[in-house]
Amino acid sequence: MTAASAAHSSGDKAGAGRARHGGPASKRIIVGYGFWIFLLSDIVMFSAIFAAYAVLASATAGGPTGHQLFDLKNVAVETGCLLLSSFACGIASIGAVLKSVMTFQIAMAVTFVLGALFLGLEINEFAGLVARHAGPQRSAFLSAFFTLVGCHGLHVTIGLLWLLTMMAQIWAKGFRPDIQRRILCFNLFWHALDIIWVAVFTVVYLLGAAV
Amino acid sequence: MSSDHDLPGNDAVIDDGDDMEEGSVRGALISYAVGLVLATGLSAASFLLPLTGLVYVPALPVALVVLAIAQMGVHLVFFLHITTSPDNTNTVLALAFGLLIVFLIMAGSLWIMANLNHNMLPMSQIMTMQH
Repeated sequence: MTAASAAHSSGDKAGAGRARHGGPASKRIIVGYGFWIFLLSDIVMFSAIFAAYAVLASATAGGPTGHQLFDLKNVAVETGCLLLSSFACGIASIGAVLKSVMTFQIAMAVTFVLGALFLGLEINEFAGLVARHAGPQRSAFLSAFFTLVGCHGLHVTIGLLWLLTMMAQIWAKGFRPDIQRRILCFNLFWHALDIIWVAVFTVVYLLGAAV
Repeated sequence: MSSDHDLPGNDAVIDDGDDMEEGSVRGALISYAVGLVLATGLSAASFLLPLTGLVYVPALPVALVVLAIAQMGVHLVFFLHITTSPDNTNTVLALAFGLLIVFLIMAGSLWIMANLNHNMLPMSQIMTMQH
């Protein structure tokens, strides 16, 4: 790992001019592009779950409908949390470019708190649904609902663990180029989660409560 | 934040350049702030629209989907910095391909399942046939 990153940092001086001077793109651009491809594949996976939800949304098997179950105030607060945490994550990426440990760590901590708040509200909502006998086994609609929203929540959980890892790595190792690239990937991941949440709150909650 | 003008070691020490155009921290900060304001506005609009009754109710789903697509666009441009600059050509092409697949999966599933529902006997008749 250290040998590879040493070789890479010496190679970077040659390739620092990026595409403007020809030659191969810098490692940062290539890593970002590769992670972007992964995110797109993740979004394609989500689209399959969205399609399943859209097909099953009316299959309530005589059970409760979305209109009866969803609490839009709770969803609005969740949306606010995730949006602000996305913004804080952007501030953290600026801190990483500036190599300012204070800016980075505080912004990441804010991102974590807001993300954890989002997750807590979602778990609370799930527990409430299960307590009202509207768990995933009640109807095809609720199975699809728990799969879709739960899959997003699982992504947020993994993102929070990754976030703590990045804070620890910056604290222990400082702004090394390879860690900077990981921060870039984490940023892309966190913003992509927010994009998926926009689709979730529109398709599941707003359309489900309106119809 | 603390120093939004000359960033220390922007050209000498930094390794790979950075993901923002002109490497400007101030520009990135403005971009995130503009994105936050626009996304907040669009989110608030989607949540408030069904309550106000300003939109003809059968057209509400279309209005909500349009607002959601607009907000995703805001996130892509201001948070993920997907723009039309030459550095981004590959990213945009990959995004276009991803959107094509997403569209095929969503529209194809809904279309096929609507057809199946349409052609299937009502559940009550299936139940009587089993006896």
